[in-house]
Amino acid sequence: MKIKAKQIDETGLNRTVTRLAHEILEKSKGSKNIVLIGMRTRGEYLAKRIMDKIISIENFTPSYGVLDVTLYRDDFRTRLKQPEVSVTNITFDVNEKDIILIDDVLYTGRTVRSALNAIMDLGRPSTVKLCVLVDRGHRELPIKADFVGLNIPTSINEEVRVKMKEIDDEDAVYLVDVSKD
Amino acid sequence: MALSSKHLLGLYSVPKEDIQLILDTAVTFREVLERPIKRVPTLQGKTIVNLFYENSTRTRVSFELAEKRLSADIVNFSTSTSSTKKGETFKDTIKNIEAMKVDMIVVRHESAGVPQFLTRISNSNIINAGDGLHEHPTQALLDMYSIREKLGKIEGLNVCIVGDIAHSRVALSNIYGLQTMGANVSVCGPATLIPRNIEELGVKVYTNIDNAIKENDVLNVLRIQLERKAGGGLPTLREYHKYFGITKERLEKLNKDVLLLHPGPINRGVELSSEVADGPYQVILQQVTNGVAIRMAVLYLLGTMN
Amino acid sequence: MKIIFKNIRIIDPELNLDEINSIVINNGIIEKIGEINQEDVTEAQLFEMDGKTISAGFFDMHVHLREPGREDEETVKTGSLAAMDGGFTGIACMPNTDPAIDSAEVVEFILNKGKGQVVDVYPIGAVTKERKGESLSPILELIEAGVVALSDDGVAVKTSKMMRNALEYSKEYNIPIIEHCEDSSLSEGAMNEGATSTMLGLPALPSVSEDIIVNRDLLLAEYTKSKLHIAHISTKNAVELVRNAKKRGVNVTSEVTPHHFSLTEDSLKTYDTNYKMSPPLRSKEDLEAILEGLKDGTIDCIATDHAPHSIEEKEVEFIYAPNGIIGLETSVGLVFSELLHKKVLDLNQIVNKMAINPRKVLNLPIPKFKVGEKANFTIFDTEMIWTVEVSKFKSKSKNSPFNKKLLTGKAIGVINNNKFYYNGKTIF
Repeated sequence: MKIKAKQIDETGLNRTVTRLAHEILEKSKGSKNIVLIGMRTRGEYLAKRIMDKIISIENFTPSYGVLDVTLYRDDFRTRLKQPEVSVTNITFDVNEKDIILIDDVLYTGRTVRSALNAIMDLGRPSTVKLCVLVDRGHRELPIKADFVGLNIPTSINEEVRVKMKEIDDEDAVYLVDVSKD
Repeated sequence: MALSSKHLLGLYSVPKEDIQLILDTAVTFREVLERPIKRVPTLQGKTIVNLFYENSTRTRVSFELAEKRLSADIVNFSTSTSSTKKGETFKDTIKNIEAMKVDMIVVRHESAGVPQFLTRISNSNIINAGDGLHEHPTQALLDMYSIREKLGKIEGLNVCIVGDIAHSRVALSNIYGLQTMGANVSVCGPATLIPRNIEELGVKVYTNIDNAIKENDVLNVLRIQLERKAGGGLPTLREYHKYFGITKERLEKLNKDVLLLHPGPINRGVELSSEVADGPYQVILQQVTNGVAIRMAVLYLLGTMN
Repeated sequence: MKIIFKNIRIIDPELNLDEINSIVINNGIIEKIGEINQEDVTEAQLFEMDGKTISAGFFDMHVHLREPGREDEETVKTGSLAAMDGGFTGIACMPNTDPAIDSAEVVEFILNKGKGQVVDVYPIGAVTKERKGESLSPILELIEAGVVALSDDGVAVKTSKMMRNALEYSKEYNIPIIEHCEDSSLSEGAMNEGATSTMLGLPALPSVSEDIIVNRDLLLAEYTKSKLHIAHISTKNAVELVRNAKKRGVNVTSEVTPHHFSLTEDSLKTYDTNYKMSPPLRSKEDLEAILEGLKDGTIDCIATDHAPHSIEEKEVEFIYAPNGIIGLETSVGLVFSELLHKKVLDLNQIVNKMAINPRKVLNLPIPKFKVGEKANFTIFDTEMIWTVEVSKFKSKSKNSPFNKKLLTGKAIGVINNNKFYYNGKTIF
């Protein structure tokens, strides 16, 4: 694996998050009915940052939860390593809410599919919108993000790595080469 | 992270990491059980056979619910041993069930060693739901989960198993599991109900219940088999209650904060007085809920293993 | 047929003989022991026997042949063939057949089936009718028909009173009562009681169950001054009880099985039903006491308790599996591996326990290396390394825990009744 390009740095990431927060607020027309659900692992921190931005922009604190989709995955039979499950932490009622589902990278769309199933098992929201930091293309399911921080066209041999200070040592987005040569 | 074995036959020699993983994974499923829709699609397409050669409504229902909540397909095969002894051999039964393409077998049997025997004649993941007087690992795991949930830890605790140790499969699994997790395990009961040489397992033996209460943080109180008076080892149940039963007076006299577990079903007025069974020290019903979460965790960890 | 065993080591404890020599056998009778001359060689078949040993034919005094009743598991014929292949020239078979050996007719039936083979088959009669412990079998009729001992093997003679009657009634004929020592009220269980059974969660029977009956019978044998033989001794206390009784002059002998001197209860940890037997495999302490008893002569004989069971009967849940394992074809290998090579017994002691003492207990003639004597011998190679392969056994049943085990020492031939089986082939 080798790094091909640093797509965004700390300042850039902060700007993108600010823009995403503004777009979400703009689309929801100031509705207080929106809730943020971050998908483990980095979506959780991204959602937290977007929440902080919304608080500073509108002085309103949307409900915030964390979703673990491991139990809804469709790739148990093909993965070599058993995924670790962690707890879904959504303490509010999702019924009739406008959910903003937040993840770091949108790729095949399968994780989002799992997340939608998981959310439906928790209740019946009014709407679900998808917000991602990076869209790298290669969708395998009819899924499209409503809010996109960054479009990074990639080849199959490339991957997008999002780094966030909460668990990594920096804020950045990298394009890496994972082809085996 | 994955378990180190594709079966759960017992807790003997199961490494600490595995027990830890099961307990941690169960936390996730405990949350699932609080949802409006208590079901996740994780084991969709997996077929699980509940092979119960011995009556055990509680354990079977708990496993069945755990399986359903993981969206597995379930087949129940319950039979009394006397009828199978005459007809088809156990091995033939298993071969037949396997030919129907199953993935996992949950087995309860009156003979110790049947889960081990199954691993030799079957390719499925085997989960022991109680074999003879040997092990009942999911019960011990849910006991440990309940202890951890209530007291925040297992390591360093003094845990005493009280009652008919000799005719219990729960005791042995608890001893192995708790010791692996760093607890000090003891047993308490009349000598006729304590298995010979149990001290060799590193277990302290009490024959006086007051001493056991005084020196322990947790009492795991086992059921006394009413019908058989514990295999003839007890003169009367009244005498057992008087000298070994956990009563409010006993707990108050000793003024001791102790956590009470009981695998159920309770014999009120024998091993526990009614006041104690409904009192503040016990977590008996939480244990039942935790049992489903623990079984979901075990099924998940084994069922999604490659 | 005339044959020559050239340069064979001859062991005969009775004649105090241990030498390398040559033997000429003509029509089943020893013609000569000594230098071979040209005249001997011309008309005889010569076998070079360097490195091989010959002794009185081994005798297994505790075998279950299952005929009549369970011919699917073993017959007199297949059991005898297994014995022949295992290095025995004689066996005594236990009466727990169906019907039991409690009438002259069954004795004659078995004797008839056993005729004309290398291996001599001697029936043991039941002490009590149907081995139920309620009334004595027709003991005198059984003796007249040809039984060499009496036993209710499988269970102990039920009551002290019945045992006393049996000892007194048979005393006149110097025939031993062979006792399976187990107190039935303490014998519910699938293995030996102790830390291992606690760990395995199997119902267990205590060693004291055996000790109680051993003690009861020793006291009764002493009281009645009759002849008692303790079958398959397995506990430390039982060995000590027999040792003391012998010191007091009680007319008692005892036997041990190869599995009880080579295995302990630890083997049960896999729940393999081929380790389930009665008496059960005991503790390490018991095994050590048994080795001591073999050394000091407390234990007189080695007997297999050969107990054939069908695969479908044995391959079941542990607590439902029947007790017992086959032993005829592994006995000699285990004796050499575990007792000779581990220096528990020397070759003389082994020949005594495998060939001489069983015959003494049963009042049978002892084969001797003397000109004019009947050739009833076992030939063995104490150094041969071989792997146990149950699929090649002549026994109808395959329930052995020793499958695939590497053993050092093997019986390679038997000669008896003017029949010679050698290296897996019938020579004549």
